[in-house]
Amino acid sequence: MTNTNVTLNDAAVGAPPVRRRGKFAGMLQRSETLRGFFLLSPTLVVMTIGIVIPFAILITMSLWTAIGFGFDTTLTTANYETALEQPVYGALMHRSLVISGWATVATVLLSYPMAYYVAFHVHKNKMMWIVLMTLPFWTSYLLRVFAWKVVLGYEGVINSGLLWAGLIDAPLEFLLYSQQAVVITLAHSWVAFAILPIYVSLEKIDRSLLEAATDLGDGPVARFFRITLPLSMPGVIAASFLIFIPTTGDYITPALLGGPDGMMIGNLIQLQFGPVNNWPMGASLAIGLMLYISAIGLVFLALTKVFKERMA
Amino acid sequence: MSTESYIRRPNRPLQVYAIIFLIALYIPILFLPLFSFNDSIYVSFPLTGFTLQWYEELFQREPVWAALMNSVKVGAATAVLATTLGIFAAKAITKYRLPGQNAIVAFIMLPLVVPGIIFGVALLVLMSSLGVTLSLYTVAVGHVIICLPFAIATLIPRFEGLDPSLEEASADLGENAWHTFWRVTLPVVWPGILASLLLTFTVSFDEFIMAFFLTGTEPTLPMYIWGQLRFPQQFPSVLALSSMIIAVSFVIVFLGQWINRDAHISTVRK
Repeated sequence: MTNTNVTLNDAAVGAPPVRRRGKFAGMLQRSETLRGFFLLSPTLVVMTIGIVIPFAILITMSLWTAIGFGFDTTLTTANYETALEQPVYGALMHRSLVISGWATVATVLLSYPMAYYVAFHVHKNKMMWIVLMTLPFWTSYLLRVFAWKVVLGYEGVINSGLLWAGLIDAPLEFLLYSQQAVVITLAHSWVAFAILPIYVSLEKIDRSLLEAATDLGDGPVARFFRITLPLSMPGVIAASFLIFIPTTGDYITPALLGGPDGMMIGNLIQLQFGPVNNWPMGASLAIGLMLYISAIGLVFLALTKVFKERMA
Repeated sequence: MSTESYIRRPNRPLQVYAIIFLIALYIPILFLPLFSFNDSIYVSFPLTGFTLQWYEELFQREPVWAALMNSVKVGAATAVLATTLGIFAAKAITKYRLPGQNAIVAFIMLPLVVPGIIFGVALLVLMSSLGVTLSLYTVAVGHVIICLPFAIATLIPRFEGLDPSLEEASADLGENAWHTFWRVTLPVVWPGILASLLLTFTVSFDEFIMAFFLTGTEPTLPMYIWGQLRFPQQFPSVLALSSMIIAVSFVIVFLGQWINRDAHISTVRK
């Protein structure tokens, strides 16, 4: 399908336009690729200024050391060595991965049936359901986290509600300022990122495969595990990736709800750029987090590849 | 037909689950407006009575209005810039087959996946090494970077829905590139453009992490709220402010998604 498109396009462009204005304009007229990149150039310039250059500076700064209010710009890996030697950094990195991991598992498991329902059992107003499920995602992350603080707080909705109803005698203390609170809030906040990719992969499944399985004697459960689930795995992997990676660096949720036991690597990075005022250390922690994330990203890529090959 | 109905047989437990899911999704957020009308400084049950005093108090606060104006300015600038850049990029990506196109798209989509804190500190370090004072402009730069993926994801399905032969016809009939865009392309893609403007405005208006690292002396609305969260006696007015922000965001995003609804369906069906 794509191949025919390409040849059609090429054929359409085959006859070169005659008009010429200057050398560059002429080149633009002739070369598809050049015209494409010309159109892309403003975006690429902005992205270079906004991503590539800042990262280059961040990497350089991670090799400096802080002295008082200034920097010693001699290049050294001292910050990275400290990060590896002092157990607190490793422990926080580990905890961030564990918390994000649980949040990812919870979000994907809770969202899968929902995506399944909309893909297979909603026939009218599908768009309405999708908008309803993704609407909260667009509103302020800070406010959604704040809402959970209101719900889980020591004198918050759950505790005061249960006290009022006479079900408990004293507020439940584990709700707020705990890792569970962080996991619950993250899972709630990232639902949209799980539902959309899973829904798209379920929607793509050829319904005749399901009919064939039924005709060949598979019951609903066998059919789900042998057809639907494997075919929707790309969506599940994409969803896990889209939730796990950004949440490892989250610091608002742990700052508002995590308490001392729920602190994550993002909070540490923020501290280095804020109160601690050791920017080079903060820079190396950010780069370290980035490396971790890239490694995990590669694992996800490999997983997707394996699944796609098995499907093909 | 019989197999079809077998597969599509309504699933009662799943339906119940879906409804509980939606309730659980909205309930925590709906507690904010509920308690913002409660006549008590404590955010807890039982509710003590209805009041509008937290809203009234809010309207008299000068810093709230200033922060609101800052957020609107940053949001409008971000929406226009991100959408304009998004139009160029979506056009280039959908019309031409460029070498390394997938890598370029992945690169532009990076801010969607990389934790905000990393972009925040990277831009902070850039600004400080350039000697740029932090201000609303630096916040807008950060917001354009993180809004671009949303703009492009909204615009690409629209541009894909554009029949290339229409533009070719226009060019063959002697219109120049600008007129072709204005008279042929724009009428087809405008719902996408409008949706992109609305969505990127909301993302910027509600964004906190970039603003946290890049704000100078003038706070945006989320930064103002963050500052107020330290004071428990301010909770009721923060609830009132949050409720209004959430209500406005819901309306804008809903409008954006609604205007652009057929683009969504066409991508999903593909």
